[in-house]
Order: sequence, then C-alpha cells, then structure tokens
Amino acid sequence: MLNNQGRPTNVDNVNSNVGASSGAALLPSEPLLFEVGDKNKSGVDLPKTDTDFSSRLGGFARQTPINLPGLTEPQSMRHYVRMSRLNYSIDAGFYPLGSCTMKHNPRLNEKMARLPGIADIHPLQPQSTVQGAIELMEELGRWLMELTGTGAVAMAPKAGAHGEMCGMMAIKAAHEAKGQGHRKLVLVPESAHGTNPATAAFLGYKVKEIKARKDGTVDVQAVKDALDENVAGIMLTNPNTCGLFEPDVIEIADAVHEAGAYFYCDGANFNAIMGVVRPGDLGIDAMHINLHKTFSTPHGGGGPGAGPVVLSDALAPYAPLPYVKRDGDAVSLVENQDGSDDHLGRMSAFHGQMGMYVRALTFKLSHGADGIEQAARDAVLNANYLKAKLSDVFNAPFDGQPCMHEVLFDDSSLKGTGVSTLDLAKAMIDEGYHPMTMYFPLVVHGAMLIEPTESESLHTLDQFIGTMRELMADAKAGNIDRFVNAPMKAPMRRLDETQAARSPHLRWDEPEDDAAVAAAE
Amino acid sequence: MRYLPHSNRDRKVMMDAIGIQSSDELFAKVPSKVFNTAKLDLPDHQPEFAVEATIRGFANKNRAAGDGPFFVGAGAYRHHVPASVDHLIQRSEFLTAYTPYQPEISQGTLQMLFEFQTQVANLTGMEVANASMYDGSTATVEAVLMARRLKRRPGIVLSGGLHPQYRDTVATYMGDDEGFVCLPSDPTATEDIIAQIDDTTAAVVVQSPDFFGNLRDLRPIAEAAHEKGALLIAVFTEVISLGAIESPGAQGADIVVGEGQSIGNPLTFGGPYVGLMATRPNLVRQMPGRVCGETVDAEGNRGFVLTLSTREQHIRRDKATSNICTNSGLCALAFSIHMSLLGQKGLSQMAALSHQQAYKTADALTAIEGVELVNEHYFNEFTVRLQKAAAPIVEALAEKGVLGGVPVSRLEPGKKELENLLVVAATELTSDADIAAFAAALKEVI
Repeated sequence: MLNNQGRPTNVDNVNSNVGASSGAALLPSEPLLFEVGDKNKSGVDLPKTDTDFSSRLGGFARQTPINLPGLTEPQSMRHYVRMSRLNYSIDAGFYPLGSCTMKHNPRLNEKMARLPGIADIHPLQPQSTVQGAIELMEELGRWLMELTGTGAVAMAPKAGAHGEMCGMMAIKAAHEAKGQGHRKLVLVPESAHGTNPATAAFLGYKVKEIKARKDGTVDVQAVKDALDENVAGIMLTNPNTCGLFEPDVIEIADAVHEAGAYFYCDGANFNAIMGVVRPGDLGIDAMHINLHKTFSTPHGGGGPGAGPVVLSDALAPYAPLPYVKRDGDAVSLVENQDGSDDHLGRMSAFHGQMGMYVRALTFKLSHGADGIEQAARDAVLNANYLKAKLSDVFNAPFDGQPCMHEVLFDDSSLKGTGVSTLDLAKAMIDEGYHPMTMYFPLVVHGAMLIEPTESESLHTLDQFIGTMRELMADAKAGNIDRFVNAPMKAPMRRLDETQAARSPHLRWDEPEDDAAVAAAE
Repeated sequence: MRYLPHSNRDRKVMMDAIGIQSSDELFAKVPSKVFNTAKLDLPDHQPEFAVEATIRGFANKNRAAGDGPFFVGAGAYRHHVPASVDHLIQRSEFLTAYTPYQPEISQGTLQMLFEFQTQVANLTGMEVANASMYDGSTATVEAVLMARRLKRRPGIVLSGGLHPQYRDTVATYMGDDEGFVCLPSDPTATEDIIAQIDDTTAAVVVQSPDFFGNLRDLRPIAEAAHEKGALLIAVFTEVISLGAIESPGAQGADIVVGEGQSIGNPLTFGGPYVGLMATRPNLVRQMPGRVCGETVDAEGNRGFVLTLSTREQHIRRDKATSNICTNSGLCALAFSIHMSLLGQKGLSQMAALSHQQAYKTADALTAIEGVELVNEHYFNEFTVRLQKAAAPIVEALAEKGVLGGVPVSRLEPGKKELENLLVVAATELTSDADIAAFAAALKEVI
C-alpha cells in the first residue's frame, strides 16, 4: 500500500501495488498526482524575489491554501509517461472511429507550430510586427475557399460545433437583415450529429426532423414538404453520417433557396470529397471544416480543434470578427465593428486558432492539390474495400450503392447471438483495435460506423478484416465469453459508467486526517 | 506521396475486390456536373523541406516575444513553460488519441482530466470543474448561459472591468436580449455594480484582476447577488494570479471561469488556449462540457470515465446544456503537467515574481513625467494614463524593439476617454534590463 503521499508504508506491499517487474511497468497502474506529489516540492526552479520584495496586494493576498502538490521533473516524467501507456492512439494502432477521421498526424506540422515566429507571438502585439501570421491566415483561407468553391471564409471558430454556431448565427443575421426574423424553424435530418440540433436550439430555433429514405439518404420530397416561409434553413451533413453522398443535394439546395432559406452543411465528412467535389458547387451557404479531422492538426485526446466556416456570397457580409483585409502588400486584421457593416461580432477573444492554422496549412502544402484528391479517393476506396470484404458477415443496411469514406453496419447479424454491438466493440479492444463509432447514427439499430481514413495500408485493412470475420464467426458459434467479458487484455476491465453517473465523484479529495494536519500548520 | 500508403498495385487489388475499374465509380452518386470539374489553383505536393521553407517564410516576418523587451498582456501572457511539458504532450499516446469514448483504453487521458479538474477546483477555491472549454471568453459565455438556465431569469450584468473582447463575445451570444446590461469601461474600478442587481438578475459577471489590472473585492458583490437570488460569475484572464490573490471561491463566487493559457501553453497569436470552468456541487447538472468521474471496473479497480453525459449534445441533442464537443484536451494536458511541476510552491513563487516585476515596471514608468498610474491595487498588470494617444506610442516603441503593452483603444476604439490608456503586463520572464529598456524607450517617444 502507498500512503497518501505515495510513499510505501511497508516494503512487502510495494510490489503488489506498483509492480516491480518490468512487465507491470509496461502496463502500469499509476497513482494519482495527489497521491505521489508533495506540497513542499516543485519541479520548476525560479529565482528568489528581491531581498526588499514586499507584496503590494494589500487585503487581496490569498489567505486560503492552494492545496496542490508538486512533482520534480523525473517524477513528473514518469507519472505522465506511465499514464500515456494506458492510452490507445493512432500511432499505436488502427483507430477506425467513424465520423472522427483519425488519420496520421504528420510531425512536420508539430515542428512548424513551434517556430518562435508562430508559438511566441502575442495576439495583441502591433499588427505591423505580425504580418507573417496574418498572411498565413489569409493563405489558409485561400486554400479553404479554393477547395470548397466559395468566396468567403470565417476563420475565428474554435472547433466544429463553434463553427456550426458561427454559420447558423450568420444565417440568423442574414434573415434579420432582410426582415425575415420570423423564420423560426430549422430542418435537421434524423441522422445528424447531436451538435446540429443543439446549435439550432441554442439560437432559438425549433428543430424539425426530416426522416431518412429507406436508402439512408434525405428524402428531397420530405424537405420540400417541410419548407415554408417559417423555415430559416436546413442543416445537412454531406456525405451524411450513414457514409453516403446525398444524391439530391443540389435539388435540396435549390428548393431551400427558393423558399428563402439557407443551407448549412456540416463539414465533418469533408475528407471523403476534398479535392473531388466543391461544396460551393452543391449550393451550400455555410460549411465548417474540422481542421483537426480533415487536416490532421491533430486530435490531442479531445482537442483543441479549429472550425473555420466557408460562406456563400449571400452570407459573407455576416462573417464574424476578426477577418483579414489586404491592402496592396500589407495585410491587416479587422478586429472591431465600425458600425457601418453587418458583421455578426466576435465569437471569442483574439483571432482564432493560429496553432491549428499553421498545422493545417503545413498538411495542405505537403499534400498539395494532387495529394488531397488522392487522399480523399484512398479514404473512400478503403471504406469500400472493408465493405466489400465484410458485408457477407456484417449487414450493411444501405447496400446496393458505394459508401463514401466510412462504412455503416447494423447489428442484425448479431441477432440471437447474445452479443451486442458494445460487446463486439470491447472484444475488438482485445484484438488490438480501437472500436468503431457505436450506436451512431441513430437511424439504424446497433450502428457500427467504421472510418478507415487514407492513412491505412492494405496490409492493416486485411488484418482488420480477418479479425472482424473471426469475431463474427465466434459470436455465431456461441462462444460469447470473449465478448461479454471483454476487454480482458486492456489496462482495465469494463468500467461501471452507471455508478459514475449515479454518485458523481469528480475530483480527488484529500483524506480527512491529512486535511486536518494541513489546517493546523 | 509520403503520407499515403497505397501503391497503384494495392489500389488495383482493392478495386478488383470491390468490382470496379476506377475509383471514379465510387463517386457515382455525385452529380456529374460537379464531380472533379474544377481545376484548383493550388500547388501539387511538396517535399518536407520545401514546406518547411514556406512556413518559415511566414514565421520569419513576425517579431517573436522573446526577441526583445516584451510587456504585452491583456488576456494572454508570456510565461516560462518547462521543456518537459512540450515533450510530454507530444507523446503519441496523448497527441494522437481522441476523446476517451472507450475508457478501458483511454485511462491516460481520463486520469489526466480527473487530475486537471481537481487542480482547477483547488486553484479557484471551488468544488468541481469541467474538463475544459475552448478559452476564457467562450467559457464566460457558457457561464452566462448556465446561470440563465439555473435561475430562469433574463438579467445578466457585465462589469466594466471585463475584458472588452470577452464582453463582445458574450454580446454576440446575447443579441438584443432583454436584461443584458454591459456597464461602461471602468479603468478605475469605481463602478457601482451592486446597484444593477435586482430580482430579474440571473448573474453578475466580474473580472479580477480586471482588464485594467485592478484587483476587485468580490465579497460584497457576491453577498448582494445572493441576497437577490442571483449568481456571481467570477472571471480571470491571468490564472497565475490565483497563486497570489484570494480565490474567487473563497470570496463567494458561484461559477468561476477564466483563461488557463498562462500555465503550460504558449502565446501562439491567441489560440489554441484552454478555458477553465469551476462551480459548486449543486450546480453541476447545468454545467456545460465534458466531465470525468471516478468509478470502478469489473474487478473493482479504480478507473475513470466521462460521466454526466446526459447534459451533452450527443445524448440530449436539442435539449443539451451546450453544443460543445471537441474542447481543449491537449492544452488541458499541458496545463496539468505544468501545474504538477509547479505545485503550490512553484505557483506562489511564479506569482510573486510576476507581481514584483510588474510593480518595478510601474515604478520605472511612472518616474517618467506625464505617465500616471491608474490602479490602486494590481497583480502583474496595470494601466498608465499618458498625455496623448497610446496607440501611436506603442507603434513607436515597437520600432525601437520594445513591445510596450496594449493601447486600450485597440479594443475600445472611438472612446476618447480611453484613448490615452496603456495596459502593461510583466511576468517572471520580464528582466530588470527589459524594464530599463522600456522606460528609456518610452521617455524618448512620449
């Protein structure tokens, strides 16, 4: 056992808890920082304050304890390296998480983001001293507009959902400017990401769900039937979350425009069509681009992202602040409203996600127009290869047409086996894979959404196909122990999410006797 | 193409398996008039060294903060970040994972988030924190929305000490909503915000240290708000200040939000940063964003999962507390590693040094004729009033190699009474030589 400072209380127990063998260290169970740290230690050496230092904080000085331990550098290195070993990652294995575009993260991107002329510049230093940064924003914007066939881009949004908010705010502003503020309905197909209805509802819109057709695509007639003078816009993902290109997208866009509404396109799946189809040609008015997905900036365990929004000419005047303006050789960022324009204001402080912009531009320059198109084609080819090799054992609900960059299966093949989509996913962990996206989209039962991306080799795909076929054969043969008990080879067994939600324990609490000692000191 | 594993032979094998001749056939559902019709005005792929040269070309046109005396703050601060922080966040296992949807193979990220939440809660003097927001300004918006949900009242009062771009961000989300009040810019911290609180107020939003550097006593505001059944949202942009000044939690705040960039994260022209949000246990179910909680696995071992997800968009869709999904995971990791290295001891020392260098800067500048200190109490940032407009003076200083603060007019254009104000920040990286150089340059250009 370790005591709450992380020190062994007796030698015999140390081995059983932390693990003295090298094998245990490679699959560690790491105590919490608060259990190994020490409040009197610091891993950062700082100079002393001057001998005549005296705080001028007056009555504002902190009286209550901070209660945070420190680690020296070797302790910290070990703590986080051991924790890192408990994570699955793209670099370690195939990560076909549908809708998330888990592609390779080139390390040149990281190197470029760390140049002092990028990492060590302040958003509010004089613009004359950051011309290169503003030019970089302009150049990335040019790539985004060129790839999407649009004439304007709002760089500010900080992630995809923030981009959705930006696009929908622009739509709302455009309606209000035209005296169409009474339009209170937004059409959202039932297969949409949860962020779509959440965004629309936030802006005060009522969400009207559009049913999918039997083939998994949006029913153009259902859209037409729903359109009237109260509809502000439609939020449509294309390719959609079933992994299908919406064949009637142009007709839908035309109908939406004819009804005086706007077309918001969720760009989460842009990877399938980049360099091949320009969304502007499909009639979109706004589309966010997840730089951390499509342009690999990277995912970082849940962000940071960046969600620039390309805009049609109709919405361009309503783009948020700041935006890049060019005047001959000089570029500037327009940071404030001058009262004469329609810009919708600020979505955040400062100028967006420069650290992500530089990574995305590096990715694009590396790939070039040819590489971007090839990447989209390979991503789509990989998904269709998986589909071709698996659809005799897994049920593809919308068969009879090619998928785009992700393939969707339902759980009908598992019926009667006692194995659920969740069990199958956990068994994949034991086989060395990160599971696909499960139970999304909501339009099919027990959904399994597999997105291989362009980064995977034929060899990896073949191995994965072999594993998936073998798992399905085992499920059908009634060998369900490896499913319902899975994962057995992961750092942890299945975790109890119900208990976590029922009695939330969201922070480490100091053991009471320790707190009493601290208070007495 | 170095990032694409397939040879043409591989592609042929795969197309044969699918039963197609060309990958064009996979795009059969794309209307032909929009399929591959545009010739893009973009270059083809390039070797790594060529790309690097292009990006360096952009970077080299910028003046890095570390290239000379630097006193710019106003919401983003240049602090020392230990080399090991940047090494650790580039570990493949952290950098190339995503949101920990599969907790059994994501305990590294989840344990980090649990530790991060505890660190943020303790720093702010609150009980619980979420697993990060985009940045301080968007966290402020989320706090305002959360307060409205909790109180079912429209009234939101923003202090005139709130960072103007935070105010503008909140204003974008509030629109013309009834009950939304922004007090005028308040460089001297003399506004009477308590007078604005009434029975329709959901929350008052007060920043300390404020945009101008003033330290504000939150206690009487918290009391007045609570008396009327309203909440106090406390905001900070300099998280290092919590190492020296009393926590907002101890002063009665109900929701605390702020910018965490100073710990672990470089300036990077304004983003990506990491928004911090902490609150009281009874308000958690209206808190937006991801939250990590402790639980056990099937063998009874301690583990961590994302929890309370019934608040979130992927479950609740149009009834969610926020549309936030991807947040600032890797920036939160950088924050947490740096904070674990500092410990309370290192943080207090960093705060003391930042405070000391700030008052030495203030002393040096106010020794110049025509430079007047506006603040009574400040931490590492203060405002001086010059005898003429501050913006051209900052440009003149930049020409002399000194980045000498932020003219208030850059964020508050067209307000005559603010035109001569200059906001100046110092940190532990500000040297005595930098201060002397700043004072000498200012004397020349003033």
